[in-house]
Amino acid sequence: MTLIDLANPTRFLALTARVLPWLAAATVILLAIGLYQSAYAPDDYQQGATVKIMFIHVPNAWLSMFVWGVMSIASLGTLVWRHPLADVAAKAAAPIGAAFTFLALLTGSLWGRPMWGTYWEWDARLTSVLILFLMYLGLMALWRAVDDPSRAARAAAVLTLVGAINLPIIKFSVDWWNTLHQPASVMRMGGSALDKSFLIPLLVMAIAFTLLFVTLHLAAMRNEILRRRVRSLQMMQASRVAFSSAGSREGSASNEVGAA
Amino acid sequence: MTALSALIRRDIRIALRVGGGALIGVLFFLTVVVLMPFAIGPDLALLSRLGPAILWLGALLASLLTLDRLFMADHEDGSLDLITMSRTPLELACAAKALAHWLAAGLPLIVATPVLGLLLNLDMVATAAVALTLLAGTPALTFTGMIGAALAVTLHRGGLLMAVLVLPLSIPVLIFGVAASQAVIVGPMTFGAPFSILCALSLVSLVVGPFAAAASLRHGLD
Amino acid sequence: MRLAGHGLRCVRGGREVFAGLDFAAVSGEALAVMGRNGSGKTSLLRLIAGLLVPAGGTIALDGGDGELTLPEQCHYLGHRDALKPALSVAENLAFWADFLGGERFEAIESLAKVGLDHATHLPAAFLSAGQRRRLSLARLLTVRRPVWLLDEPTTALDVAGQDMFAGLMRTHLAAGGMIIAATHAPLGVDSRELRIGGAA
Repeated sequence: MTLIDLANPTRFLALTARVLPWLAAATVILLAIGLYQSAYAPDDYQQGATVKIMFIHVPNAWLSMFVWGVMSIASLGTLVWRHPLADVAAKAAAPIGAAFTFLALLTGSLWGRPMWGTYWEWDARLTSVLILFLMYLGLMALWRAVDDPSRAARAAAVLTLVGAINLPIIKFSVDWWNTLHQPASVMRMGGSALDKSFLIPLLVMAIAFTLLFVTLHLAAMRNEILRRRVRSLQMMQASRVAFSSAGSREGSASNEVGAA
Repeated sequence: MTALSALIRRDIRIALRVGGGALIGVLFFLTVVVLMPFAIGPDLALLSRLGPAILWLGALLASLLTLDRLFMADHEDGSLDLITMSRTPLELACAAKALAHWLAAGLPLIVATPVLGLLLNLDMVATAAVALTLLAGTPALTFTGMIGAALAVTLHRGGLLMAVLVLPLSIPVLIFGVAASQAVIVGPMTFGAPFSILCALSLVSLVVGPFAAAASLRHGLD
Repeated sequence: MRLAGHGLRCVRGGREVFAGLDFAAVSGEALAVMGRNGSGKTSLLRLIAGLLVPAGGTIALDGGDGELTLPEQCHYLGHRDALKPALSVAENLAFWADFLGGERFEAIESLAKVGLDHATHLPAAFLSAGQRRRLSLARLLTVRRPVWLLDEPTTALDVAGQDMFAGLMRTHLAAGGMIIAATHAPLGVDSRELRIGGAA
């Protein structure tokens, strides 16, 4: 199976229909294992039970960046390789990425609450995630602003790639801005190295969440393909109506156009 | 009445559909508020002191900048001609359009306020105070801004010119809106006095805005 | 019912478009306003519709509804179709029916008359220029107005569409309506000609 094989939307739909149930099952099983392991992971000697938020927070934070990476590759697919499914992939990924980013923010702020005493601290890491979230929302707004998906696709692709180049710069600037104002960041994950009892559940959760993304993404891509088909069927219907009501002479349309 | 409710329902529907601008206003509000700490610094004590001012400025800009196309879209597709000719008085039609705009673009700003209050370290009471003053004050912004939107149609210019025309008019709303919210947070003034003036400003603009906008639209016909 | 204008003068952008223009039309009559580009055909229609203020002269409708102003008894069909692409065909028409005081059930009937009844739920963005024009013609049928002001009404309509529209105009005239149309092409119904702008 190559990317070329997937270029045909019909083949893509048939293939994903077979793959999706397995993916969903694998996601559920891995999530169950990961959650079980996280629940029985030992408490941190400093943070107590709150450290368990990490098992949700870190996978979400990882995916928030991973999804932008996926969208960037899809954007290259739109602009450079002109792969027909690339913009479908990019469009379908944006809301999912925004959701993961939002969850990363939410869990981050819940995690920060017992440590900072407030739900929000302009911590360098969280602030970068917040900016990423804004960029996701902006991208979604761009997709929504234009009715014709193929026209929106190029603009969104350019924005995604510019975003991908800018994200490290933003991250660096925020870090610099933050250290300028407050020397020590509060959020540290229990020392420099993670204990194995934390690391394994975290890895399982990260894989489970990545699988969750793949499942959701493929399902969303299917929806998007079907949505576009409905759209083109509607457009065909609109023009067919004109033919039936206009009889055989449709096409000899406008007569003299003159502004008075 | 059916005419006006039809106009309100249509405008809200368009604002929420694909291509509509209702939610972009909230996104703008969010972005402006998030930008502020980068200029001011992440000091939570300072941010919570400036919080009401930041939120008010953000809401002011968000609600005025989305007003730009309030009449322009109807003008471009010819709807405005039919609205002007109809049996519904133009003043009432203007008021209905502004109300629809406030419901679709103004109300979401107030809903977003608690989240932004969290980012600016405002406590529950302060957030509630800001949300309440925004609820009372944003109608004034929309109904004054509507005059600018009508002028934009007359002058065939939108965007920044409109903002330059309307922003000075919104200064009183800003003053009393921020004053009322600050009164709750730091005192020493009472909340009641500035809040009453804010409500009065809104009520006055509810009356003046539609008449001024309708007059401007009538003279701008061509 | 008689619509008459006397000594109309129109100035736009500092330029006098026409002056001393007289016209009259009665119930059941179609008036075809002819003239070269820039002679003020559109301006005349917009004067009658109350969308322009005359620099001089008067327009009066005798025998109409005394409660209503002249523009309130007119339909104006301009170059632009007054449609929202984000709304469906049915929603667009239902809005104008509600706003201008028509009946919704007539909206459905008039969509059938203009040949759009199979597209009711489709977004107006999908319509072609001719279909958009048909949809705005449906507005004239849904809401009753005695005076139709039509600016190049057949532009963008195909031959079948022009035939359909001619039929609609004949029905309107037979019911005692009045049509004033700015046009270059023949209207398709018996009409009296009003030539403005003089010799080019």
